[in-house]
Amino acid sequence: MKLLSLVISLTLGFLLLLATADLPDWGDPQSPASIHVSNYYIENSVEQTSVPNFVTSVLADYRGYDTMFETIVIFCAGITVLTILRRSHRQKKKEVRPRPAREGKDLILISAARIIAPMMQIFALYVVAHGHHSPGGGFQGGVILGSSFILLALAYDLETILKRLKERSVIIMSGIGVAIYMGIGMICLFLGGNFLDYSAWSSVLGVSAVEARSHGMLGVEIGVAVTVMYIMFSLYADLSSGGEMDEGL
Amino acid sequence: MNEILTAIIAKYNYWSFLILLLIGLHAMISKNNLVKKVIGMSIFQSAIILFYVSIGYKKGATIPITEHGHGHANEVVHQTAAEMVAGFANPLPHVLMLTAIVVGVGTLGVALALVQKIHRVYGTIEEDEILEKIKE
Repeated sequence: MKLLSLVISLTLGFLLLLATADLPDWGDPQSPASIHVSNYYIENSVEQTSVPNFVTSVLADYRGYDTMFETIVIFCAGITVLTILRRSHRQKKKEVRPRPAREGKDLILISAARIIAPMMQIFALYVVAHGHHSPGGGFQGGVILGSSFILLALAYDLETILKRLKERSVIIMSGIGVAIYMGIGMICLFLGGNFLDYSAWSSVLGVSAVEARSHGMLGVEIGVAVTVMYIMFSLYADLSSGGEMDEGL
Repeated sequence: MNEILTAIIAKYNYWSFLILLLIGLHAMISKNNLVKKVIGMSIFQSAIILFYVSIGYKKGATIPITEHGHGHANEVVHQTAAEMVAGFANPLPHVLMLTAIVVGVGTLGVALALVQKIHRVYGTIEEDEILEKIKE
C-alpha cells in the first residue's frame, strides 16, 4: 500500500510539475486571476459600498450569497458533529471510559486564562466591528471569540463552562446567527430591493444607499460571527468529551 | 543552466504547495490510522489554500485595504484606476480562502467526530483491524 501510494503521489506530482510551467509567475500583476473580475472590486468597492477593505466588501456584498451558504455549511457541520457524537443520559451509564484522573485544577493555567480570555473577547469584538476598515470580519472575530471559551474550558473543565454557556443555548444561538444573516437579506426583499441588496435598507437607517451597504455588511458579519463562535465551541465540547458533555479534556 | 534556475525561482510557490499537497495525498492513501488520514486531509487542504493565496499576490502590491475616513462615502479617490489595480493585492482569492479555512475547520470536526464514533463502535481506529472486525 505504501509503495502504491508513493507511485500515485509521485506520478501526480510529476504531472503537476509539468503543469506549473504554464502557470503565471509568482507575483505577476498580469496573471489571469488578477486581470478580470478582481479589478472591478478594487476600482469600485469604495464608491459602491463605502467599505475600504475589499476583502470584506467582496465577502459580504458582492459574493454575499456565497458567504451565506458558507455560514450554513458551518452550522450544518456543528449539527452533524452533535448528531454523530451526542449521547443521552441513559446510554451514558452503560460504559465508563478509561481516562487518566484529573489532578486538581492548575492555578497558573486558570490565572492566566482568566486574564487572557476577556482580552481575547474584546479584541474579537473589535475584529468583528472594525472588519470594514482593517483586517478582520465575522469569521475571524467569531473564531477568536469561540477560542476564548475553549481556552476557559481547557483551563477549568468543560462542565464549569457549560454551566455558563448551556448546550441548548449554544445550538439555538448558532441558528440565530444564520437567521440574522438571512433575516437581513429577507428584509431587503420587503424593503423593495433584491435579496441581500443592502442598499434597500437606506430608507430605514436614514443614510445614503452606499452607506446602507456598509451597515448591512456589519449586520451580516455579526450574524457570521455569532454562528462561527458558537459552532467552534460546540465542536470542541462534543469532540473533547466524546459527546458526553462531562469534564472534557 | 541560468534559465532553468530563473524558471524554478519564478515558480517556487507552486513547488512548495505541490510538495505539501503530495505529503497530504500520500498520508491519506498510505496511513493505516484514521486520525493520520484526517491529518493528511488537513495538510492537503492547507496546500490548496496556500496555492490560492499565492495566486492573489502581486509584486509590489499591498494588502487589499484602501484609506477611507469616516463619513466620507462619496469622497473622490485620489488614485487612478490603474494605480489602484497595481497597488492592491487581488482580494478574490483571499475571500475564497477565508471561508475555505473556516469550512475546513468544520469538515475537520466532522471527520474527527466520525473517527470517534468508529472508535466507539469498533474499539480501534486502525483501518486493517476495523476491516477484520467488519468481516466477522
